[in-house]
Amino acid sequence: MSEHILLPEGSIEKQTTTLNLGPTHPATHGVFQNILELDGERIMKATSTVGYIHRAFEKIAERRPLYQITPLTDRLNYCSSPINNMGWHLTCEKLLAVSTPKRVDYLRIIIMELARISDHLICNSIVGVDSGAYSGFLYVMQFRELIYEIYEEVCGSRLTTNIGRIGGFERNFTNAAFEKLEKFLDEKTGYPAQLKEFENLFSRNRIFMDRTIGCGPITAERAMNYGFTGPNLRAAGVDYDVRVHSPYSSYQDFDFTVPVGNTGDCYDRFLVRNEEMWQSLSIVNQAYKKVQEFKGAEADVFHADVPAYYLPEKKDVYTKMEALIYHFKIVMGETEMPVGEVYHSVEGANGELGFYLISDGGRTPYRLHFRRPCFIYYQAYPELIKGGMLSDAVITMSSLNLIAGELDA
Amino acid sequence: MLTNEIIQLKLTEKFCDVLTDWQEPYGMLTFTAPKEINLKVLQFLFDDAELKFTFLTDLQAVHYPDHKGAELAVVYHLHNWTDNVRIRFKVFTDIIQPDVYSATALYQSANFMERETYDFYGVNFVGHPNLIRILNVDEMDYFPMRKEYPLEDQTRIDKDDEMFGRG
Repeated sequence: MSEHILLPEGSIEKQTTTLNLGPTHPATHGVFQNILELDGERIMKATSTVGYIHRAFEKIAERRPLYQITPLTDRLNYCSSPINNMGWHLTCEKLLAVSTPKRVDYLRIIIMELARISDHLICNSIVGVDSGAYSGFLYVMQFRELIYEIYEEVCGSRLTTNIGRIGGFERNFTNAAFEKLEKFLDEKTGYPAQLKEFENLFSRNRIFMDRTIGCGPITAERAMNYGFTGPNLRAAGVDYDVRVHSPYSSYQDFDFTVPVGNTGDCYDRFLVRNEEMWQSLSIVNQAYKKVQEFKGAEADVFHADVPAYYLPEKKDVYTKMEALIYHFKIVMGETEMPVGEVYHSVEGANGELGFYLISDGGRTPYRLHFRRPCFIYYQAYPELIKGGMLSDAVITMSSLNLIAGELDA
Repeated sequence: MLTNEIIQLKLTEKFCDVLTDWQEPYGMLTFTAPKEINLKVLQFLFDDAELKFTFLTDLQAVHYPDHKGAELAVVYHLHNWTDNVRIRFKVFTDIIQPDVYSATALYQSANFMERETYDFYGVNFVGHPNLIRILNVDEMDYFPMRKEYPLEDQTRIDKDDEMFGRG
């Protein structure tokens, strides 16, 4: 790494140019390095280097009790951290055999689908930016802001949310949270209208279509072999979605379709993400309706009744002996963990986000592995951009929605 | 409908009793194979008309320092998308010469995953086209996820906090 790559002696003879794209290039949206071998503007060969923001989360997790690992998951795909948080809670719940009430499931789905929207809207608008259309990005950004405000009402933070706990949420959704959600879902002034406008701007735009159709394509077979999941796989025409194949958090109660493309190019990825945002909006609407149907005491349920794992309310800690004991045990990481190994996956914004957890009955995981979808599909990138133009490489990278935090863990 | 029983039956039929340690933790069929035949098992699971485990979900290693002679486990998570069944399959290798055949010829996706496993555990994937470090720096001369490298004690007091801006 310490050596610069130099053209060989007498390089005037050499027909190709070596170009370092990244690691800190504005068009790479994060720290990705690609050493490109260019013939004019055409890419002959690409070599990727990853690991610039590796933070050893798997090692750190081996020292932390379960609830302290949630903040680590925030920093995987930080564009949609609530999905990572929920995925982690669900993994723990599977290990600890905790079942959650329906209202908790629906609230989680609201948050997860909002996170998916916020992730996809960033990705799609960035594809716009990279193809020369900046304005869409600015317009949708105010709705990401609104989504972040909803997170803030629920958990107090915005980007690295650390939202929820094993068994449910830290507190019930406030009225302000629901008001903001209604504002977001409003057909005329909320996100649906904005998304329609965004769609009008891009999806049949001649320049945008010329720019993205046939750019960075992949066939279904190659995509499967490369371990693609999520929107990028669906753009290639395979309808695999963890929400449908192994439903978690009561996704089976919802009615939604899984959009697929067929060529797996940038344009199809754009369309699939776009349609997924509509589906997510519909899921959020359905979930919100279901949440409103809970009446009386049921409407106040926001966590499972598992005192051994769910941190008790502060006022109970001061007044009740049992709560004090559980509080102490949980905070000190002395909760009972069964021996076992569990794999659980959720449909992250980029694909199947898996958690492989081995517990030896100690206070921390014996081994925790994150299956990061980005990391796995990024290895196809050199193949995707080979033979294309340099400017297509930039747009392919943004349409794959590579998130450095997730890639490097 | 492909059930765990059928998978186990087909695998034992093909490989007799070399596959051991059959378990079903949380519903996922798990078994162990000798490391010499890991590719044969993967290939059979891939090719068989009924099994069709064509998707490699995940691949990683686990270090068990107390299992003398079989310290490292390489764990494959496979998924059959047609019948929506997942299985987990492990091979154990000793730590002195941790050679395991690479699955890259079967799954392109194994490339980075095996590099990551090599990077953190030092499993030498024989036949891998480019087995070099991926997330850690190239100059690193140890395999950091092994259990002999504990994380720093969080309560240590010999560290000069001033050096870290906390003085």
